[in-house]
Amino acid sequence: MELTLRDAATVVHGMGFGALLLFGFSGAFIGIHATSVSRSPWLPGDREWRLFSLYLGVMAGLAWLAVFAGAYVIYPWYRAVPPAGAALAGYPQRLLMSNPATSGWHDIGMEWKEHIAWLAPISLTACAYVFWRYGARLYAMKGLRNVVIGLALLAFVATGVAGFFGAMLNKFAPVRGGAAIVLMKGKAGG
Amino acid sequence: MADAEFTASVNGPGAAAVLAASIGGFALGALALAGDAAPSVAHLLIIWKPTGPLSGVTTVAIAVWLFAWLLLAGLWRRRDVSMTIVGASSAALMAGGLLLTFPPFMDLLQGK
Repeated sequence: MELTLRDAATVVHGMGFGALLLFGFSGAFIGIHATSVSRSPWLPGDREWRLFSLYLGVMAGLAWLAVFAGAYVIYPWYRAVPPAGAALAGYPQRLLMSNPATSGWHDIGMEWKEHIAWLAPISLTACAYVFWRYGARLYAMKGLRNVVIGLALLAFVATGVAGFFGAMLNKFAPVRGGAAIVLMKGKAGG
Repeated sequence: MADAEFTASVNGPGAAAVLAASIGGFALGALALAGDAAPSVAHLLIIWKPTGPLSGVTTVAIAVWLFAWLLLAGLWRRRDVSMTIVGASSAALMAGGLLLTFPPFMDLLQGK
């Protein structure tokens, strides 16, 4: 059972940072609702507020790691230009664009994903800051609270779009190559 | 003491964070469109060649976001601001940023 270095990097980017971030939204929305929207709000103590702010900060950190790893580690492999006559299997962007049935995954999927993903860390950083700055006082600041909830929703949409297209792109044109990493020795045959 | 309590409860710093994030989001969309529409702009946005124009689009957008945050935070440090105006502006900027990153909308604007 092997995978390549690029497979591993893609897994860290997509599942390590991206999927973990998507899971994190469920906790974030429960926390935001319980502390600041519910009619009978959960009133956490200072320690719980600090922990919830830290939780949002960790989400923002995951989002930053995901976009930087995506843009500066995975994307250069994805968009590499093949030498003349080379097989396109190792050049995902060119492979997708070589076929009208798959070119849209690049033209719309990757082109949208590579930009929209950055809205998530920017929005989540603002959310984490507001929760850290105001804590329990946010319950009385309806206007600010509503805008922050909007930003959290936007971050969720951005992460969802990036995650969906990332998964689909990896199905049609996986970023593969580099040194082999052996996870487990197997037996040949049945 | 009362002054510290007032400063802690004004919404200016939070509004600054939210509006700056929206300005950064809009800058991201506008730069993505500019790079897509003009090859000369795309070339200017190449800060790191392996990543291409995306490196410049995102770096400049982050710089705009942080600069806007710094500026607004300084201006609104001890002020209560209208969240109706900040909220509406943020929503419009983020919606614009979101639309401008969507390739079919970019193509529509360019008449492609």
